[in-house]
This record gives sequence, structure tokens and C-alpha cells, in this order.
Amino acid sequence: MKNKMRIGVFVCECGSNIAGSLDCEAVRDYAAGLPDVVCSVVNKYTCAEPGQQEIQKYIKEYDLNRVVVASCSPRMHEPTFRNCVAEAGLNPYLMDMANIREHCSWAHLDNWDGATEKAKDIVKVSVARTRYLRPQEETQLPVIKEVLVVGGGVAGIQASLDLADAGYQVNLVEKEASIGGLMAALDKTYPTMDCSI
Amino acid sequence: MMDVGRHSKINLLTYSEIENIGGYIGNFQVTVRKKARYVDEKECNACAECEKVCPVVAADEFQEGFSSRKAIYMPFPQAVPSVYILDDKDCLGHNPIACGKCADVCEKNCIDFDMKDEIINLNVGAVITATGMDVYDPTEMDEYGYTQYENVVTSMEFERLISAGGPTEGHFIRPTDRKTPKRIAFIQCVGSRSNSPIGNPYCSNICCMNTIKDSLLLMDHYPGTEITVFYIDIRAFGKGFEDLFQRSKQAGVKYIRGLPGEIFEDPKTKNLTMLVEDTVANSVTDFEFDLVVLSVGVIPRRDSDLIQRLLTLSRTTDGFFMESHPKLKPVDAPTGGVFLAGCAESPKDVKDSVTQASAAAARAQILLNAGKINVEAITSQVLTDFCTGCQVCVKVCPFHAITGGDAKLKIPVEVVEAACQGCGTCAAECNFDALLMKHFEDEQIMSQIDAITGENAADKVVAFACNWCSYGGADLAGLSRMQYPTSQRVIKTMCSGRVDSKFVLHAFENGAPIVLVSGCHYADCHYIDANRWTVKRVDKLWDKMERLGIRPERLQLEWISAAEGQKWANTMKDLEKMREQVTQEEIEHAMSVLKEDREKAEAKKKKKAEKKTPVKEIPIEASA
Repeated sequence: MKNKMRIGVFVCECGSNIAGSLDCEAVRDYAAGLPDVVCSVVNKYTCAEPGQQEIQKYIKEYDLNRVVVASCSPRMHEPTFRNCVAEAGLNPYLMDMANIREHCSWAHLDNWDGATEKAKDIVKVSVARTRYLRPQEETQLPVIKEVLVVGGGVAGIQASLDLADAGYQVNLVEKEASIGGLMAALDKTYPTMDCSI
Repeated sequence: MMDVGRHSKINLLTYSEIENIGGYIGNFQVTVRKKARYVDEKECNACAECEKVCPVVAADEFQEGFSSRKAIYMPFPQAVPSVYILDDKDCLGHNPIACGKCADVCEKNCIDFDMKDEIINLNVGAVITATGMDVYDPTEMDEYGYTQYENVVTSMEFERLISAGGPTEGHFIRPTDRKTPKRIAFIQCVGSRSNSPIGNPYCSNICCMNTIKDSLLLMDHYPGTEITVFYIDIRAFGKGFEDLFQRSKQAGVKYIRGLPGEIFEDPKTKNLTMLVEDTVANSVTDFEFDLVVLSVGVIPRRDSDLIQRLLTLSRTTDGFFMESHPKLKPVDAPTGGVFLAGCAESPKDVKDSVTQASAAAARAQILLNAGKINVEAITSQVLTDFCTGCQVCVKVCPFHAITGGDAKLKIPVEVVEAACQGCGTCAAECNFDALLMKHFEDEQIMSQIDAITGENAADKVVAFACNWCSYGGADLAGLSRMQYPTSQRVIKTMCSGRVDSKFVLHAFENGAPIVLVSGCHYADCHYIDANRWTVKRVDKLWDKMERLGIRPERLQLEWISAAEGQKWANTMKDLEKMREQVTQEEIEHAMSVLKEDREKAEAKKKKKAEKKTPVKEIPIEASA
């Protein structure tokens, strides 16, 4: 490896969602001792503006080239933190998320020590992974400006009309011989007590 | 409805079914079968002459079978498109001896008995799934006598009986004697909120308000009718709903908290009797009614499977399509470029369906407006120096994204990046480490295994989870605060197809007591059928473990969907029990035999490689 790894770890309390079930400070201190970790901090809400600003500040201050965010599921906030590090000039694929909320604090609400040890381990695994991450370039693909709506009940009709009125070509596919769906079979509908069609 | 038929931007394909959907966000290829309706849609002007001469009489589905239609018919008066359809199952056929009368009278010659199904190919950027719902069928709940007593009807049948467009033109009568019933009972939660195997555990959302509406319609049309509603709870929670409920009560409708156990019919009068415990008044009363309406719940569409498979959607335990996030992405499907609208996602009324449909349309427009989409840089790359051209990857790629390669001529394969979806099956199956799965490289995953097993390996379970389903299932378990032991450590891959045999063996060699490979259910794989290769690989691993004297049960394979938080939590509990039973001797035995096995294989490889020129690896640099 050419230059030295400089990894930053950001442990999120998520209010009491994480900090209420495990020791975030202990996780931070543990992470600080892992190889090549040059800074390790705790935030109340890492995803909030101040939390993100802190990540960006540390990237510049410590010249970080890898970032670990120990917080919620990447299915939730990976795009958020990818954007955040990208704004600070770091390739978004050099950030990794350690899921210590869905997979840890929330699943072990009454096991403070067990959850804390597990969270440390999860962060350690993430730090190990980041050392092998490479910068990646995303490709852009064109979007065909046409839509398929499957089903011509009240929802399909409304979605089709909205999209067509917005100027997009809509293909509405209905299994039955007429659109209308279940709604068409209703006499009157609540709360207005008027006809359904 | 009319607006849809007229809109210049809407290509309306009725009597049509989706046959196939391929592609991905921004670029889906759709195949639609437009079934033959035997009437020219453009020419038919709904003059109804054909219907008059048709000799066939069939039950009218739209009128719930209360009246009849012909073999050639208009689905219902306001149908869009306003065109006749010929039911080929009922029709006698075009042989002039058999019939052909309709074609004779059609002045515009729009009846074509030889019409064939048409296959239409579409190319779209986004898909809105608005497949709707079905109505609960009360025949399985026979204590209410739906199959035995004619005067027990469903709420859908009620709609037709009271509708001015219905079989009785709005004159509300009961089936047995065609007289207007004076005493009517509504029974709520038929097929809903049920803990028995009959019916569904969830609340169907719309039935309380529907009954309140029905009671007001009856009171309006037939003042003085005695209406009694039997309920568990009245859920009138929407805007203006409580007001309607109060109006219904003021109009004289009786609401009794309690459901009948069974309904009996008086064979002479055909009236219906039932014994009901009023749980508010704490009394048991015998009731007699002229007509009973079963307020039936709603269920997921019975034909949901096809769309689910084609769009790789998931379903929640109640069977409705699962959204990307229950609060923050309620109209996005987990599959990019797919949005959910209406009852396909959960039971809802007209207003909520319309609201969600507009939301789905707006979400789709964000994508369409942008005109381009960033695709995650998670694709496969060929390391041409390593590739022998054996084409195993070509065979396993679910997207046919790998082409070329020739083992004899030593030509490496090529990856078509735009087609590669990033499942990583190719990298897992390659025997020569010649495919680099970006962002899920061997070293990255091996380093995760090392970190997990570096300390106290015997206390941990190494759990591979696919991004779309099993990792989501683990998220849902946490989100639902389901508690399970702390032993598991998750390694995420995009697909279970990425889990290379060497990852599993490496974990065991490092002292892991239990390894889990988890992914989407067999038919729900987000990479078409990549998890087919997961199964084959795990099968081979089990064989190998057996051969080496390692208990195969130490490697577990589970299909856990993103909707199955409970299954994830239960699996974790089971795995912990299994982990406790793995002895230190077992672990050490596996470590030593696997090390020996690996070293042997490596020595063999090295010998082979010495004959060849050395190959270059791509170095990892710290700086971005």
C-alpha cells in the first residue's frame, strides 16, 4: 500500500436508540485503538446536519481516506453518508456502515454488556473491511420516459391520469375487459355517499 | 374512468395480461398478451344489436350472478372501453350451423371469430403496481350458512342489490321471496381479525365504514328498516367517518358488540335466527332477521404470484406487497423503479387508494424527470491475466452479462457492464479468482471473516445475509424489537450467490462453530435465480464437510425474506442453540483438516502456476 490508511470512526447514539442499550463511549474508545484508526468520535445523531458536518470536518482535519459510520442499517442511511463523504472530497465507496442499531441495540435491549461487546466487534469488522475498499465510479443510465401501470382499478386509474397529465406516455394494462376494478361494482362510496364511477 | 379512455397519453390495454418483465430501473422490457376479445375495439360502437340476437344465457359476473348476460356482452354499462366482448367459453362458435347470429347483425362487421391473442412489447422506465385486492370468500366459514341459506349475502352482493344499475334496478329485495326485507343484520369482520385458520388475522380496514354507509343507504331508501350491526370494534377513524357513524346511530341503526356463533334458517319463512352475546350489555339474545349481510374482508389478489416474481417483490405476512420502508418509503417497492399503489400494498378505501396512487405517480415522476439514473458501481470485472476462458461464469450469470471466452484458445471472457446487476455469482463460481466483484471483493469479505474470528471465534456465528432479503429481515427483526442472542455477526453480500465456498471454509478454518448462508426465498431472488447456485454450492460444501469429518449441520442455509423479521430472530435463537452444542474438539478438528486441505490445494495450484508466467494483481491504494 502506497500511502498510510487513515480511518475515521463515527459512533452514533441515535438519541437513546443506540445509546440506551449499549455503551457508545466504550465502542468509540475501542475503535480508537484499532489499527490505522486516527480519530473516533461519538455523535448524538450522526445523520443530522451537525453529525454530517463533523464527519466532513474530520475528513479534512485528519486527512481521512476511509470512514466508518457506526449507526443504523445501510439500507436506511447509506445514500446519506455516501453523499456526505463525497461532499468532503472522499470517494463515496470508501465509506462503510457498521449496523449497531437494527442488528445490535434494538435486538439486545436488555443486555448492555453483550450488546456493547457485539457493537465493538461489528465496528472492528467494518474497520477491517474499509482497509480493502477501493474508490468506484458510478455509471449513469438513461431513463425511458414511459410508464407501465399494472391494474386499472381506482389506484391504477389515478396514477395513470397523474402521469399522463404530467406529459408522460402511460401504458395501462388491465386483466379484465374494462377498467374500474372492484370500485366499479360498488353502488355508493363513503364518506361522500356518492356514486363510485 | 372516461378520462382514461380519452387521454391521448394513455395507451389503454384491457383484457390484457403481463407475460414477462425484464430489465431494470429506467429500462424495463415488458411483454403483454392482449387477449382476443373477438370484437374490433376500434370499430364497435356498442349498438347492442349483437347482444339481442345471441341465444346463449350465462351468469353475469358483474351482478354477482344475480342476473344473466349473453355470450357477447358489455361488462357493465359504464365500461371503458365501451366495447362488447365475446366470451369464447360460452359462445357456440362461428359455424353458421351452430350460430354466428351476432356476426350477421353487426352492421360494422366488427365481430371476428378468428381474432388471435396479440403480443405487445413495451419499453418503460418505471412500473406502478396497482394490482388491487380480492374479496374474502365466506364459503369456508360455513357457520354463517352462506352456502346453505339464500338470504345470507355478502357485502359485495349487497352493493349490486341496492344499486340502481343492479339486477333489481335498486329495488332492494331478498333472494328467496323477492320482498323487501324489514329486518336486516350486518355481521362484521367476516374473514378478518380471526385467530382461527379460517380467515385472516389482520383488520381489512374498509368494512366498518362500508357497513355504516350501507346502513345509511337503506335508511334513506327504506325508512323504518330495522338494521342491527354485530361487531367486534367499530373502527371509524378517518376524516368525516365518526360523523357518518353517529348519523347511522341517530337514524336508528342498532350496534351490538358481539358476533353470532351460528346462523339458522327457518325452513318455512326462510328467516334467519341467531344467538348473540352482547358483550356491552352482558346479555344473550335470540334474534330473527329477514336478511343477513356478511361484511366480508379483503385479501391479497389470488394471482399476485406472477407480478411478485416478475418484479421481484416481497410480501408481508398478510400477503400484501411489501413497501421499501413502512414509514419513510411507503410507496416505493424494494425493486428500483417500481412503485406500489392501492390495495396491492394493503387494504384501503377509495380515498387512500387515490392518495397513494398520486404519491406513486409523483415518485415515478422524480425518476422520469431526472431522465438518468446513477447505478451503483457494484459490477463484476474480469482479471484477464487469471481467466482461463472456461466459461463457468458465462453459464451461471443470470443476466447473460458475461460473453466470449475460449478455454482452448485461452481467450478471457468479457463482462457487459450495463447488463451486470452485481449479484457476484460469477466471482463465487470462478475457480481461478479471475472475476473481481467490485465492492464485494474476496479480500474485503475475507477481512471481515478474519475480524470476526480473530478473537473468541467459538462464541460467534458467522451469518452471510443477502442485501435485499435476509439483511432486510434482520433489519426488520431489530425494527420490531425482536430479541435474540448476541452471538451472530452479519456479513452482507448483494446476493447469497456471492458467498464463495472459500468464505465458508475460511470461517470454519478460523474456528467459527456455525456458519449461516441466508438469502431470498427460492422464487424471489432479486437476481432472477442466482440463489440456485447458492443451493448447489452449499450442497457441495455439505458433501465436502461430511468427507472431512465435519458435521454438515454446522453450515446452515435459510431463506429469510425482508418481511420475515420473526424468522430471522427465531433462526438466530436456533443457531445459538446449535453453537452451544459444537464442542471445542469439533472446532479444532475442522480447523486442522481444513488447513491441511487448503494447503494441499494451494501447493497443487502453485505447481501449476510455476509453469506459467506470473500474473499481476490490482493493488489497493489508501488514497482515493
